[in-house]
Amino acid sequence: MTSERAASYWRANLRVMAILLTVWFFASFGLGIFWVEWLNQFSLGGFPLGFWFSQQGSIYIFVVLIFVYARWMDRIDAQFGVG
Amino acid sequence: MSILGWTYTLVGLTFGLYAFIAYMSRAKTTSGFYVAGRGVPAIANGMATGADWMSAASFISMAGLISFMGYTGTIYLMGWTGGYVLLALLLAPYLRKFGKFTVPEFVGDRYESQVARIVAVVCAIFVSFTYVAGQMRGVGVVFARFLEVRVETGVIIGVVIVFFYAVVGGMRGITYTQVAQYVVLIFAFMIPAIAISMDLTGHMIPQVGFGAEIVEGPNAGRFLLETLDEVQRDLGFPEYTAAWVGGKKSMVDVFAITLALMVGTAGLPHVLVRFYTVKNARAARWSALWALGFIAILYTTAPAVATFARVNMIQALEGTAYDEAPAWFTSWEKTGLIGFEDKNGDGIIAYRGDPALNELKVEPDIMVLANPEIANLPNWVIGLVAAGGLAAALSTAAGLLLVISSSVSHDLMKSVIWKDMDDASELRIARIAAAFAVIAAGVVGIYPPAYVAQVVAFAFGLAAASFFPVLVLGIFSLRTTKEGAIAGMLTGIVITASYIVYFKFFAAESSADVWLFGISPEGIGSVGMVLNFLVAIGVSSFTPPPSTEVRALVERIRLPGEA
Repeated sequence: MTSERAASYWRANLRVMAILLTVWFFASFGLGIFWVEWLNQFSLGGFPLGFWFSQQGSIYIFVVLIFVYARWMDRIDAQFGVG
Repeated sequence: MSILGWTYTLVGLTFGLYAFIAYMSRAKTTSGFYVAGRGVPAIANGMATGADWMSAASFISMAGLISFMGYTGTIYLMGWTGGYVLLALLLAPYLRKFGKFTVPEFVGDRYESQVARIVAVVCAIFVSFTYVAGQMRGVGVVFARFLEVRVETGVIIGVVIVFFYAVVGGMRGITYTQVAQYVVLIFAFMIPAIAISMDLTGHMIPQVGFGAEIVEGPNAGRFLLETLDEVQRDLGFPEYTAAWVGGKKSMVDVFAITLALMVGTAGLPHVLVRFYTVKNARAARWSALWALGFIAILYTTAPAVATFARVNMIQALEGTAYDEAPAWFTSWEKTGLIGFEDKNGDGIIAYRGDPALNELKVEPDIMVLANPEIANLPNWVIGLVAAGGLAAALSTAAGLLLVISSSVSHDLMKSVIWKDMDDASELRIARIAAAFAVIAAGVVGIYPPAYVAQVVAFAFGLAAASFFPVLVLGIFSLRTTKEGAIAGMLTGIVITASYIVYFKFFAAESSADVWLFGISPEGIGSVGMVLNFLVAIGVSSFTPPPSTEVRALVERIRLPGEA
């Protein structure tokens, strides 16, 4: 692989990471900690919403994030022929 | 069959299974001993990582702690799962592509420095040994409570079994026993949780149940959490689901602790090394998904168990006459985990938020261990919980022992002291080191130093403040130099360690009033981590850039593909 192509593979990888880590930060620290009180005025069934995000929702989001990452990177790997 | 009969049967059967698996998959080469020959399928590695990661603390203590903390229990739930996102995106695929055997090895090679390698080895050994001592103690405690033997005898049985499969089996043996241990521990955790959820709310899925309505009793038809909040208020406790209210941790502290636990998780050597065992970088990514998926089953159930246990405990005891207390209360009273002191002399148990009026003392560990009895589940479930607690403790202990042994045999002996050592000698030294480590851990388990509980904060704080930044910079920055990495690691370690040591051992007072920015010793690892990054980047900009070989190494690990 040429060094230009390797560099553009790396840029594509960094973009995926930046997007997913931003979601990670908002899902955990944002919804679960910073805005928990405000979110608690809403409810999801018997859960105050902020409490639900902090003890359930955030964990589901983490799993989905890694799934999206593994799928997305598989596609990029195939596109660059490095898999 | 009696509880004791079931416990002996289930513990005996599971131990026999682990020993059989370890023997069948024993390691014959250093590659087999350190990284299971790199042939572990992603899903099996995910399960093994789950068992490796979920320790006696996750299985026995966590739900109980959350039960008393309510919302604040989030620090463990998010802290011990969110780190896997960092691990998957920032570390696992690249460390796998790097290949080789250990985490200090990456630090030593990437920064071309024996000093950096030795600093990393010392951290790896310290973090792992702290942890393993706690696991052996956990093994002893489960034996003592459920099999009615002395704690010492329990620890010795644990040492023998771990000795057998870690020393003989190496990473290959450990991996496949951990797969079996995951299955045992998840069944042991889920069966009582499902039974109690059905009983309280009629829902089979505990994750749904704790947000549903109560089915029986005076509060039938009302939401479980709403009722619990009200009961807590009436008894003078802060509301269960509320965040920054009376006596709960502050926002800045919850943030700092959660971040430190997340980053610490991603920097723990026994977790990182699991990703060296899969086939390639792609398998490492999928393996991280399986790992977190398997971990999430327990971690999303734990807060439900915490809520159910809290409701059941208050309902069973508050306002009950001591003479009429349920049988489990009397049997657990003997262990000292629960106790009643009749302050007003009326013979009735009063559970209150106000310490002057409260008459009931409850240790968090009882919540998971006594849960099946509180909910009147059959005897075999109680035996299963004992087997599950042991599976959690033993699987984590084995993974940690392997890190200690490979740090000694590979990173110290092979890389620093005796460079032309052959494969057979290295394997022998690895086994001897593992044997010493397991015996030392057993001794610490039998004679626990008073500070075992306190040093746990160290393990995460140090992993966060030492490894994580230099690993991430080593992969994502070509410019980070060995001087930068060493200065960064030392800054992170010194700041974190001295803050923890000061507040745990010397300070007259340890509270939000005197802490730096209101951050407790448990959360200071996140400050150490940030300083490590800043110092490493700063020092790197003043020192000559890394060699072309290092550039080539970094560019190689950034591309996936076969190792």
